[in-house]
Amino acid sequence: MKYLDEYRDPDLARRLVAEIRAVVTRPWSVMEVCGGQTHTIVRQGIDELIPVRMIHGPGCPVCVTPLEMVDRALEIAARPEVVFTSYGDMLRVPGTTADLLALKARGADVRVVYSPLESVRLAREHPDRQVVFFAVGFETTAPANAMAVLRGAEEGLANFSVLVSHVLVPPAMTAILDSSGNEVQAFLAAGHVCAVMGWTEYEPLAERYRVPIVVTGFEPLDLLEGVLMAVRQLEEGRFEVENQYARAVRRGGNPTALQTIRRVFRVSDRAWRGIGVIPRSGLELTAEFAAFDAAARFGVADVTAREHPACIAGEILRGTRLPTDCVAYGTLCTPRHPLGAPMVSAEGTCAAFHNAGRAAFHNAGALGPGTQRSQGGPR
Amino acid sequence: MCLGIPGRIVELAEGPPPMGVVDFDGVRRQVCLAYTPEARPGDYVIVHVGFAISRVDEEEAVRTLAVIRAIPGGMDEVSG
Repeated sequence: MKYLDEYRDPDLARRLVAEIRAVVTRPWSVMEVCGGQTHTIVRQGIDELIPVRMIHGPGCPVCVTPLEMVDRALEIAARPEVVFTSYGDMLRVPGTTADLLALKARGADVRVVYSPLESVRLAREHPDRQVVFFAVGFETTAPANAMAVLRGAEEGLANFSVLVSHVLVPPAMTAILDSSGNEVQAFLAAGHVCAVMGWTEYEPLAERYRVPIVVTGFEPLDLLEGVLMAVRQLEEGRFEVENQYARAVRRGGNPTALQTIRRVFRVSDRAWRGIGVIPRSGLELTAEFAAFDAAARFGVADVTAREHPACIAGEILRGTRLPTDCVAYGTLCTPRHPLGAPMVSAEGTCAAFHNAGRAAFHNAGALGPGTQRSQGGPR
Repeated sequence: MCLGIPGRIVELAEGPPPMGVVDFDGVRRQVCLAYTPEARPGDYVIVHVGFAISRVDEEEAVRTLAVIRAIPGGMDEVSG
C-alpha cells in the first residue's frame, strides 16, 4: 500500500540500523512518546537491533484515562435512557468494579463507534434517548471530538453530550523531564499529534531542557530515521526540534483543525492514570459548549476511585519500569483479563510486550531476575 | 485510537460537514474532510477516527526515502 510499504523496506531498515550503530558512541536513552510507535518498535524488535535504549512513553490515550473517568462512564452507561458510545479500545478498560463491555453484556446500551460523527447521527435518529460520547484521546482525536460537539450544537441536539477526558502531550513531556529520576535524553515526538498541533510548542521545551525532539512517523523506517536524527543531535551536542515526518507534518500543524479545537475546547488541569494531576495538561469544553458536558448532565463529576494494588501502570507510563518488571504481567494480568489499562489498549506498552511474546523476568527461570530495562548500551 | 493510516480520496460529498470516500488499499470508508479543505480526489490523506487530519505531501514522501537510500551499507554491517 502506498505510503506504507515503502517505509517498511527491510534493506533500507538495515542501512539505517548500520548508520545508527556507526554514529552512536554512548548508550543514549531515547523516549518514543506515542503508543503506536511503541508497538512498531516492539513488534519489529527495533529496540533489540540498535545500541540505543528506547524508553516507552505515556502516549496511549486509553492507558492515561483515569480510573474515576472510567467509573463515571460506567455510571452514565448504566442508566436506562442512555446510549453510551465510545471508541472500541475503551470498552475493556477496567473500572473499579467492571468495564463497559461487561456492562453491555448485562444489558446496557453501549455501542462502539469508528467516528464520533456516528454518535451525532445516533442522537439525531433517537431523539427519545440520551446519546453520550466518551471523548477521550490526545490531540489526534481532538479535531474529531470537537467536530462532533460542534455538529451537535449546530443541529440543536439536546439529547447529545460528551464525557471529556482529553489529554495533551507537551505537558506530559515536561512532567517527565521534571521528574527526579528522569533518564530521557531525547524524544521522538508523536507524528500524528504534530500533524494536528504542529511543533512550535516543542521548541521552548527543547531549548529549556536542552533535549533533542524529533517529530517522527510510525513505520519502521520512520522510527529508525527518527532515532538516527535524535542520536546525531546528541552526539553533536545539539538540541533542536527536527521533523522526520515531513510528508504529514508542517510546523504550524493543521490550522483548520486548530481553529475548531480552540472554539470547542480550552486547556485545563487533568488527572492522568498512574501519574496524577498535571497542570494545564488536558482539554475541557469552553463555556459556549458547556451544555454538552455529560459529567454535569448526569451528576457524576464527583466520582472517585482506587487502582488495583498489584498494577504498576503509573511507572510503566512514566517509563521508569518495564511490563516485564511487574509481578502481575502475564499471570494475573493478560490482554484477556487486564488489571491495568496498558494491557488493554492496542497502544499500551504491556499489550505490546505481551503480543510480542516477551517473557516476564520472574517467569523466565534461568534468565531472571531482570534488570530495570530490557536493553542497554552497544553489544 | 491514535493509529492513523494513509488512504486515497476517491470522491467528495456534500456536507455539512464536508465528507468523502477514502480508499484504504481496497477498503472504502466515509471520512470527514473538513480539516483538509485543499484535498482533492486522488490525494492521499492521513485518517484518524474517521477524520482526515493531514494531506500527504508527495514531494516530502519521496525526499524522505531518497535521504534514507543515500545511506550506504546493508546486510554486512548489521550481521556483525
